Amino acid sequence: MSGQTNILNLPEEELVHPGNRACSGCGLGIAYRIGLKALGKDTILVVPPSCLTVLQGLYPIAATKLPCVNVTFASTAAAATGVLAALRAQKRTTTTVSAWAGDGGTSDIGIQALSGACERGENFIFVCYDNEAYMNTGVQRSGTTPQGVVTTTTPIFGKPQQKKDVPSIIAAHGINYVATTSAAYPLDLYDKIKKAKTISGLKYIHIHTPCPAGWGFDPRYTIKIGKLAVETGLYDLYEIEYSKFRLTGESKKNLQKKLVPVNEYFKTQSRFRKLSESQISDIQKQVDEKRKRYLTTIDS
Amino acid sequence: MHIIESGNVAAAIGVKLSRTQVIAAYPITPQTPLTEKLSEFVELGELDAQYIPVESEHSALAVCIAASSTGARAFTGTSANGLLYMSEQIHWAAGARLPIVMCVVNRGIGAPWTVWNDHQDSISQRDNGWIQIYANDHQQIIDSVIKAFFLAEKVSIPVMVCYDGYILSHTYMPFEIPDQSKVDEFLPKFSPNYALHPDEPANLNSVTFPDVRNDIRGNLAPGYMEIRHMLHRDMREAIGEIDEIDKRYLKIFGRGGTPFVEGYKNEDAAFIAVCLGSLSYRLRDVVDTLRQEGINVGVVSIHVYRPFPEKEVVCAFKKAKKVIVFEKALSYGNEGALYADIKSALYSCEERPLVQNYILGIGGREIKTDDLYNTLKDSCTIHKSSICQPKWIGLKM
Repeated sequence: MSGQTNILNLPEEELVHPGNRACSGCGLGIAYRIGLKALGKDTILVVPPSCLTVLQGLYPIAATKLPCVNVTFASTAAAATGVLAALRAQKRTTTTVSAWAGDGGTSDIGIQALSGACERGENFIFVCYDNEAYMNTGVQRSGTTPQGVVTTTTPIFGKPQQKKDVPSIIAAHGINYVATTSAAYPLDLYDKIKKAKTISGLKYIHIHTPCPAGWGFDPRYTIKIGKLAVETGLYDLYEIEYSKFRLTGESKKNLQKKLVPVNEYFKTQSRFRKLSESQISDIQKQVDEKRKRYLTTIDS
Repeated sequence: MHIIESGNVAAAIGVKLSRTQVIAAYPITPQTPLTEKLSEFVELGELDAQYIPVESEHSALAVCIAASSTGARAFTGTSANGLLYMSEQIHWAAGARLPIVMCVVNRGIGAPWTVWNDHQDSISQRDNGWIQIYANDHQQIIDSVIKAFFLAEKVSIPVMVCYDGYILSHTYMPFEIPDQSKVDEFLPKFSPNYALHPDEPANLNSVTFPDVRNDIRGNLAPGYMEIRHMLHRDMREAIGEIDEIDKRYLKIFGRGGTPFVEGYKNEDAAFIAVCLGSLSYRLRDVVDTLRQEGINVGVVSIHVYRPFPEKEVVCAFKKAKKVIVFEKALSYGNEGALYADIKSALYSCEERPLVQNYILGIGGREIKTDDLYNTLKDSCTIHKSSICQPKWIGLKM
């Protein structure tokens, strides 16, 4: 997957205006800019309440050059279904429909509608940008907040539970394309959305989007931290295309080299400050186990 | 063509004749035969629509909201808890000014579970910016559905067509199916002011400030409050539209003339029973009996509940000394919602009739003709002391 597109042959036209309301260093800002280039101009967007609602601008000013309907929190995938149905009813079938929801809007309140749309095989691209907490409302824990992370609703001890594995849940529906990517690897992100456009049915793209304000790091390190998540093996880049799993890009290369210790990632962000030595060593063990599984199952 | 069919089928045929393009629904009793029929029309190719079998009522209305925003005529139907599960979306559809039509097959709401008829479901959704129409019979169901699409698209406000679960939804009655060609003449193709399109990008329903704000060209754009005021203003102006639409429907189909309220022996009546929906026909029978006994009584059923047509309601009570409001719903801890609205409408009249409130038929409790007869007969006296908190008919404990 990686290496198909390089920075020189990305489309030059910007579909997200500069001066939008994203925070400085916002991982979503990068992902959205590149993602819309991949989707192209013949696209209708569906957005539930999330950081993206704010990024796109407050009425009557909009930062996105594509048509977009803002919808209720739980209804993203159902609304995308409705846009598609109306397009079919009007024989406007060339237009791509893409929903962009945050991790809460995907893994928590939006999962029922998303599951329904997966089961019905609706032909749109659902993008989950995962900044690993309810950032727009002020850093409350979500289903995809990793274990041990301090949020405003896990303020003292950090989140006790592990991160919900949303891509696996979606893949279990048997849809044709599930992919994970990261704002730190914009070309990987671009190519995966491009590929999703060529596949029928519901396509699910999960994007890791580092959040300086919510994770507690200097905005200049967004890319560095996004890459560290992959280099430590904590976040993997992969595709499940027609049920076939394969690691892609940096995660594929990781199999050939030694992983960076997870603590190198944890110590870059204040949200991990409550992780104990034993928790860190447990997480390291889990990552090492996962890597072993990859090496045995993928090579064979 | 006249047929004998159920109320749910009457509604489904109305949706078909209206050439609805997107239908999304989730099954709930007693709405199910309506959506079953619609899915059958679509699968048989009798209706060229997208039928989306969604995973919840919340999603049903989400599909309709997005489809309507993308330029398609959209319909859903539900009952009771399904309607409540949609509640957030009901407000959203109105705020977004989308001409969706929804049938509410009235049923009581849990807890405890009930599947039987009352009006608590739609009455609890009266303040969310939808037009609410109550049908009394199958002919009114099919006519109201067709008219509802025209009205919704004319004023850009969604419309609920409410009818009694079982009593209308599952009983069979004769009604006339309008000719498709005449419906096409009455109801043109949906042509929205704006539909989502890449050639003309817009960001719909984005966060809107409390105050007005300039757009990038320096033009003043409304704040949230202006947008909401427009909804209210247009809802009030819809009263005029409803009148016009009724006249046009009457001309084309030969039915109509009572767009807001339907009176029976009310012109000269000193006592008037008031209600929503099919109960009005039960009351007509009782009124006939009481008239034979020399009691000057009539019935008025409210067809349009929101926007509330005060003038037309007051006008229907011309000679009334007392108005007796029978309701299958109430505002708990206060009184019936319709009773409150009627009192409010009468307040500015110089000579006001007394108004009395009865609650009945909650959760499908049988409404006995004897009870209606005795209650109405007892109410046909002028004693101010009789006016107090609503009385419940048919309570056994």
